[in-house]
Amino acid sequence: MSKHSITIEINGESFTREVDSRKLLIHFLRDDLALTGTHIGCDTSSCGACTILLNGKSIKACTFFAVQANNQKIETIEGVEQGGQLHPLQEGFHQEHGLQCGFCTPGMIMRGKELLEKNPNPTEEEIRWGISGNLCRCTGYSNIIKSIQYAANKLNEKQEEAA
Amino acid sequence: MIPPTFDYLVPATLPEAIALLHEHGDEAKVLAGGHSLIPAMRLRFAEPSHLIDISHIPGLDYIREEGGFLKIGTMAREVVLEDLPWISERYPLLVDTTKMIADPQVRNLATVGGNLAHGDPANDHPATMLAYRAEIEIIGASGARTVPIDEFFTDFFTTALEHGEILSEIRIPIPPVLSGGCYLKVERKVGDYAAAAVAVQLSLAADGSIEQAGIGLTNVAALPTRAVNAEKALRGQQPSDALFAHVGELAADASSPADDLRGSAEYKLTLIRELTQRALRRSVERAQGRS
Repeated sequence: MSKHSITIEINGESFTREVDSRKLLIHFLRDDLALTGTHIGCDTSSCGACTILLNGKSIKACTFFAVQANNQKIETIEGVEQGGQLHPLQEGFHQEHGLQCGFCTPGMIMRGKELLEKNPNPTEEEIRWGISGNLCRCTGYSNIIKSIQYAANKLNEKQEEAA
Repeated sequence: MIPPTFDYLVPATLPEAIALLHEHGDEAKVLAGGHSLIPAMRLRFAEPSHLIDISHIPGLDYIREEGGFLKIGTMAREVVLEDLPWISERYPLLVDTTKMIADPQVRNLATVGGNLAHGDPANDHPATMLAYRAEIEIIGASGARTVPIDEFFTDFFTTALEHGEILSEIRIPIPPVLSGGCYLKVERKVGDYAAAAVAVQLSLAADGSIEQAGIGLTNVAALPTRAVNAEKALRGQQPSDALFAHVGELAADASSPADDLRGSAEYKLTLIRELTQRALRRSVERAQGRS
């Protein structure tokens, strides 16, 4: 059958919907759930604007069917802010002027999130390598790298305070 | 770019997946990481009637050494190869290759099995598996069979996989001591297919001469290509720049690239000549434990 009832946990909330098997995850998020923070850029898994976290791993939601996410956990840019507090990555993009038009930013932040979880102290080269699947046409990347470094420092400070 | 409609099925076991492939005829396709198949569906190059998603079948994503082989289960994702320190240490050619495939988000989903089963001569693992002299295990309704990598790629985008069969495991012979390998790829930008790429895997004898060598070439012919004469010319020889320059010529002779957006045929032959020499030097250094 080509219609499926799927249940996905998105940003901590469970959603059950009926979808066509051919519906891409990006369209499910944007059109069915009105979670329009995740963007569609190239639509061909090149630009990374549609990056979300699937079970904590960054993937491109334009190259994944919604049915594949059944019973899985997803995090989108809408779930990054917690209790009115910007995430250190969001704060970093603000402080370091990591965006101009902002179109790539949700994808950059979601990718940055996994990157810093796997490697809390990345070098500049590791950050450049880490965001190689995300295109930005405004900034020349330098401020994006500074933004991610800002977040890394902030997260490490928080870790030290907690210890 | 919305693909045509299809039915989506989630088998719990491999036998169930194979039964579904038989039940739904030759328009049914196996879905693993989906990063070749889904783009092809979106462009309507592929219009499968059924997608059989094997990613929820437990136990297919292993990577382990056993019985003289490194065994890679068909659902092992590229990212896992990148993240395992013992793979970096013992299989540098494999990790070089993985790191050159697409980008981090794609590697979080893409599988080694899919990279091979797609049969695309522009993909990176085929040349690497040629250099390693890997074997492919295939499972069908009548059981498992093993195909040497040299018999796996049969035509443009065509492999030894018959309808109703699934690529179940990749087996790389564990390299002997004093082995090294390297994958060098020229791409226009991150995530692109190779303009040309060279995979080298070699082992040295105690006297420093080259005992065995495998050389695979990416995207310079209709099929992933083994540079047979180049391999032969290395055997028994002491490594030297003159030898590597000669072998680079032989590797270019084994290539038949076409002019396209990634460059002229002449440019690609030049790349093969140069990348072969560099990959050989790096492989020898690695075999000697120098890098």
